[in-house]
Amino acid sequence: MTTEVSNSTAPASACWSCGDMRAAQFCTACGKVQPPTPVDFFRFFGLPRKLNLNVVALEKEFYELSRKLHPDLSARADRREQEWSLEQSSLLNDAYRTLKDPIRRTEYLLQLEGVELEEQSKSATEKARATGEIKKQVVPPDLLEEVFDLNMQLEELRVQKKAHEDDPALIEEVGRQKLELEEKSEALQNELKGHWNQWDQVEAGGSEEERRQVRDRMVDLLNRRNYIRNLVRTVEEVLEG
Amino acid sequence: MAIDRIVGIDLGTTNSLVAFMQGERPVVIPGEDGLNLVPSVVALDERDRIQVGSPARKYLIETPERAVYSIKRLMGRGVGDIQEELKLFPFRLADDLEAEEVIRIRLGEKTFTPPEISGFILRQLKRNAERFFGAPVTQAVVTVPAYFNDAQRQATKDAGRIAGLEVLRLVNEPTAASLAYGLDKKRNGIVAVYDLGGGTFDISILKLHDGIFEVIATNGDTHLGGDDIDNLLIRIALDDIRGDMGLDVSRDGEAVARIRKAVIEAKIRLSSEPAVTLEVALPGGQHYQRQITREQFDELLKPIIDRTVGPSKQALKDAGLKPEQIEEVVLVGGSTRIPKVRALVEELFERKPHTDLNPDEVVALGAAVQATILGGGSPATEDMLLLDVTPLSLGIEVAGGVTDKIILRNSTIPASATEHYTTQIDGQANVAIHVLQGERELAKDCRSLARFDLKGIPPMSAGIPRIEVRFLIDANGILHVSAREQRSGKEAEIDVQPSYGLTDEQVENMILESFDSAEEDFRERQVIEARREAETILAALEKGKQSPAWRLLSSAEKKEIAKLEKALRGSKGGDDYPAIRQGIDQLNQATMRLAELMMDGAVSSALTGKTMDQADLGEGPTAPHPVAKAEFK
Repeated sequence: MTTEVSNSTAPASACWSCGDMRAAQFCTACGKVQPPTPVDFFRFFGLPRKLNLNVVALEKEFYELSRKLHPDLSARADRREQEWSLEQSSLLNDAYRTLKDPIRRTEYLLQLEGVELEEQSKSATEKARATGEIKKQVVPPDLLEEVFDLNMQLEELRVQKKAHEDDPALIEEVGRQKLELEEKSEALQNELKGHWNQWDQVEAGGSEEERRQVRDRMVDLLNRRNYIRNLVRTVEEVLEG
Repeated sequence: MAIDRIVGIDLGTTNSLVAFMQGERPVVIPGEDGLNLVPSVVALDERDRIQVGSPARKYLIETPERAVYSIKRLMGRGVGDIQEELKLFPFRLADDLEAEEVIRIRLGEKTFTPPEISGFILRQLKRNAERFFGAPVTQAVVTVPAYFNDAQRQATKDAGRIAGLEVLRLVNEPTAASLAYGLDKKRNGIVAVYDLGGGTFDISILKLHDGIFEVIATNGDTHLGGDDIDNLLIRIALDDIRGDMGLDVSRDGEAVARIRKAVIEAKIRLSSEPAVTLEVALPGGQHYQRQITREQFDELLKPIIDRTVGPSKQALKDAGLKPEQIEEVVLVGGSTRIPKVRALVEELFERKPHTDLNPDEVVALGAAVQATILGGGSPATEDMLLLDVTPLSLGIEVAGGVTDKIILRNSTIPASATEHYTTQIDGQANVAIHVLQGERELAKDCRSLARFDLKGIPPMSAGIPRIEVRFLIDANGILHVSAREQRSGKEAEIDVQPSYGLTDEQVENMILESFDSAEEDFRERQVIEARREAETILAALEKGKQSPAWRLLSSAEKKEIAKLEKALRGSKGGDDYPAIRQGIDQLNQATMRLAELMMDGAVSSALTGKTMDQADLGEGPTAPHPVAKAEFK
């Protein structure tokens, strides 16, 4: 059998089809899909909550699990098995999609740790308005001046575009700033990855205080990166007119 | 023992096909006419019976108000949606359509929804398959454009149900094509599928390895295809005719239909000839003629095929790939035969496209492969698995008319997302959710998929209920929603109003109606068979009249036979099965003695030196069977 899935929190029980001991998603003896258990994405792949992850191995695992769980393979099975296939493969796809991407993986882990990231997106603003909550919006302090200047330039650009009087110099300047921001975003991502080792260490056996410190640092980096990415998106929208 | 076979069906804008896996290879099942392609044309004939495919084609020209083509363009759409289509295509909408209703189009005096029309086409394909296997066919895999949204997919499934087919899976057309391609070559690598059909354009980028066909990104345009090229040429012809002959035939259904036919022929010939002459005989007797060169054609095409560039580049971007990383480009759809299209593809992907596969058949063949995978597989498809994606982001409308995307485009399906809602007012029992598909920020720019009402929320103070709503896109690309109020654990009832779809009840009614017409089909077949039998017996009678035995009949007998012959000739021209049947039986009776005499005559001819072979034995059921030569010593 190929998968070693640790599912220590789920009670062991027999496969409903052939009686063998149940694995997380499918029976290792007879291959039948099992009813899904509510596990987090790391647990689903039998992985600890560490941020360093072998993406190549993950992909291989993803394909193997797909071959076992995909609804296409239970098309002839009864309704119950088909439902389980649908649930399991949906979970598989969601888990893979999240863990594969470094940023999503980090955000997901922090979410599991109970942290709420600031959402800088427009929709979050609207959502906040709808439920009456106050949205947390913080401009990273070291970017304050830059953001202020950029917003001014974007405003000017918007006006120009409306009047169909594009100023190539301004466009070039804004384009240059966008590139700078993208570089900053890259740098933040790399810095974030640098913290992964720290996290992986404290995850295994660090104090609550140590965990909190690493977590907070990562949250800060992610928030700043999100902010910058949203800014870049806004610039792109204005440039494309 | 025969297992019910699952077939693969390409329900195309212009042509449809049905295929199955014969051992290692998928094979298209031909129709009764021996042809693989069934034109996606439906007509109501003079007797108000439904005609599909080639037999329906002539009605497009003769009685265009009783025929329809390219119905796929209307599937899963609302009246407000199809204004462009109405300008370019001769779809006649039902007179009594309300704004929010499902579209119905007119064929003669009857009206039908697009799923019903597609259902007729599917039913024809089903029959072709059943005739081929000599066994019932009740399950199929049906293909849809990758860029089809939820409503369009649901409409396709409904069409299947109406036709008496359980649609086990909807497969995206480019993905199906890649299956046919990959089966053939057992290749690993990155493949792009460029699918330009009659009405839709899809571009998909896939990773093939060890039998897994994984879609990485997909994009397209569901309003773009060969039809648009036709319409452009038709418009030019109409302008010419108006200018040169002072005639406006744009409202003359028959004239436009003839122009369209000529334009399509010209377009096809321009793929291999440097110039063609477009010739149309107009109903009024005038002749329209115009020469078109390949260069002129290419010029005309440019704005249309350039529309494929944007989606193609976006797909590459979403896949995070550059053209040089694509190892193979597969062409699908009749329109990819056009040299200019091939040149464009070569330019886009920096390589010559793969043209070994028949672009008309490859999708159906791929569907057949998927049908076999679903059916439990055969050795040929043992290791094969399709991992497809949803083409459009799924979002919910939030305050401010903004879309909050909860499942992003190109997410592998099945995929899900969970959202939490709460109430605004104390004791609020319902929450309304508007679900959309699309990439734009504002809800009004996206496609409305459905409005869900979560009902039966237990009464609580505002903001207290925690309603967990799970959105799940299944392997067909269709959305399912379930909801639960977490504090009470109560499952919320979900009332779905699909924005452009049929309710289950409507589909049920249509299925019942199609059973009625199945009855009609059976009776129709009976009549056809009876007519054949009548013709046989009448032909035998003609021969009988030439034989010496005829002279041996009394004049009374001859009179009786003549009377019955006349009656049968009359009834076989009609539809009255019992009358034809009776006519055959009676004539049989009346000519029995003639038959016996002819038999004796044959024998006595032998006696006089002639052999059985030389004696005229006649044909048909009343004729005596050839028997061994009698030997008389």
